[in-house]
Amino acid sequence: MSFISLLWVLLLGSLLGLELIGKVPPTLHTPLMSGANAISGITMLAALTLIVKAEGNVPLLIIGSVSLGFALFNVVGGFFVTDRMLAMFSRKPSNKK
Amino acid sequence: MNLPVIIKFVIDLLAVLLLALGIKGLSKVKSARDANRLAAFAMSLSVVGLLSYYLGTSGIAIQSWIWIIIGSILGSLFGAILAKKVPMTSMPETVALFNGCGGMSSLLVALGVAIFPISGGQENFDFFKSLINEVSISVSIFVGAITFTGSIVAMAKLQGWLSTPGWTQSKVRHFVNIVFAVASLIAFFDLINGNTSSIWLLVIVSSLLGIGVTLPIGGADMPVVISLLNSYSGIAAAAAGFVVDSQLLIVAGAMVGAAGLILTQVMCKGMNRSLVSVLFGGSLSTQSTASSGSGEYTNITSCSVEECALTLEAANKVIIVPGYGLAVAQAQHTLREVTKKLEQNGIEVVYAIHPVAGRMPGHMNVLLAEADVPYEQLKEMDVVNPDFPATDVVLVLGANDVVNPQAKNDSSSPLYGMPVLDVQEARTVFVIKRGMSAGYSGIKNDLFDLPNTSMVFGDAKKVLNDLIGELKDLGVGEK
Repeated sequence: MSFISLLWVLLLGSLLGLELIGKVPPTLHTPLMSGANAISGITMLAALTLIVKAEGNVPLLIIGSVSLGFALFNVVGGFFVTDRMLAMFSRKPSNKK
Repeated sequence: MNLPVIIKFVIDLLAVLLLALGIKGLSKVKSARDANRLAAFAMSLSVVGLLSYYLGTSGIAIQSWIWIIIGSILGSLFGAILAKKVPMTSMPETVALFNGCGGMSSLLVALGVAIFPISGGQENFDFFKSLINEVSISVSIFVGAITFTGSIVAMAKLQGWLSTPGWTQSKVRHFVNIVFAVASLIAFFDLINGNTSSIWLLVIVSSLLGIGVTLPIGGADMPVVISLLNSYSGIAAAAAGFVVDSQLLIVAGAMVGAAGLILTQVMCKGMNRSLVSVLFGGSLSTQSTASSGSGEYTNITSCSVEECALTLEAANKVIIVPGYGLAVAQAQHTLREVTKKLEQNGIEVVYAIHPVAGRMPGHMNVLLAEADVPYEQLKEMDVVNPDFPATDVVLVLGANDVVNPQAKNDSSSPLYGMPVLDVQEARTVFVIKRGMSAGYSGIKNDLFDLPNTSMVFGDAKKVLNDLIGELKDLGVGEK
């Protein structure tokens, strides 16, 4: 990938992000923040790349592994906690009727 | 193009699409839960895509697998345990912690890539060759470090482990932060010049900058800061994407970064604060106590729980205004019991939710939902405000600034212009509060002085428990 096309990817990704969230009801601010936060743990892919390409360099393997751990902590925890919050919203109306 | 490349291309594309749909869906109540799962699925898909690509091309060494498994298991395990165990009241600091770890991950990736091609010697990383890579590594480290230390400080402050040191409220802090910022700039240029050891300087000063910027910010503004740091962690991820040459990382990071900025802005609006004043204004209370907001209360009426119960029993319509204090006292379940009794007595009960009630926007909705309050009873501010004149009793529980009439009447007040709940329009207002201390803003609340307002002093949970007892004695809610 050339640097220029990566810049295009960055630009279009940012525009997409700006467009995605138009109106958010205040109710969803907290879950949305925590869900988006989980997605930012996508750096786990970078950590994986690092480990795969380390080619036996142990310090690099360790750095990659720690990085992967931090990223997955963010991802797994983030999605779980968001789900826990949202479960409370969706449960109510169905129970009452 | 060979097969693994095509497969990875397709999977990446699909993952980006699903992530975008996920973020979109998260902004609507109906679709939010499915959207969250969709995003989680997209993330796992992207991992499968990346691993299968390496399996199909260079292969993955056993040693790499071992470290992958160790890292994944530990990270996921701790993440899942924390997510299951943490009480709903401490949601803001939990999000901050997760967020900080995401930033740390980006930092470590960039650091790993930066150090080892040089000291390792024969490694065939060619990352450090071009200027572009040096820039993306620096950005990734800079933003990642700020995200990490900033989030940790935010978490510690919300947990009450850290208070706001006095010196951070003076002008000195701007000077200190500028020094840190300039130092990181120097480290950055030094790095580009080929002096790789300055990478450590960059790590250290950007970490300090994260602390220096977050430390002076008061508790009320913390949600905005967390949202902003969340946006940063997206930027850090995108920068890491440049470092390892991954389009998926760049798109996802950029999306989160941009969406986070929008969310930050929406939050600022709800709190009547500008982003600039949040970041550079320091905590609101120290400024305002000096200027306005002084002045003594002249006409405080305090009353007992018993009187409160008697008034409630005679009411037709009751509006509850829950606030931060309720969350701190963990009294939402007790509150639910009180309202159940009232409902059984045929009294109409509604909860008025201010946009920033709780410890962060939307947090109160989560807490009340946890206590089984029916979703339909939660009314947003604009919906409920016209109802106050026809309301017999308003119970204000641990809320303060969001019910201060100054925001409407007094143009000299720092609160002026903030959207508030018009509780003073109701016939009787009970304010349940520990004492006469001011709210976040440190400003006197004119509501307390009004003749139709009575204060019930005490811890929210204890008062509500007593209230249940009193209502029982009156035979409310028993058939």
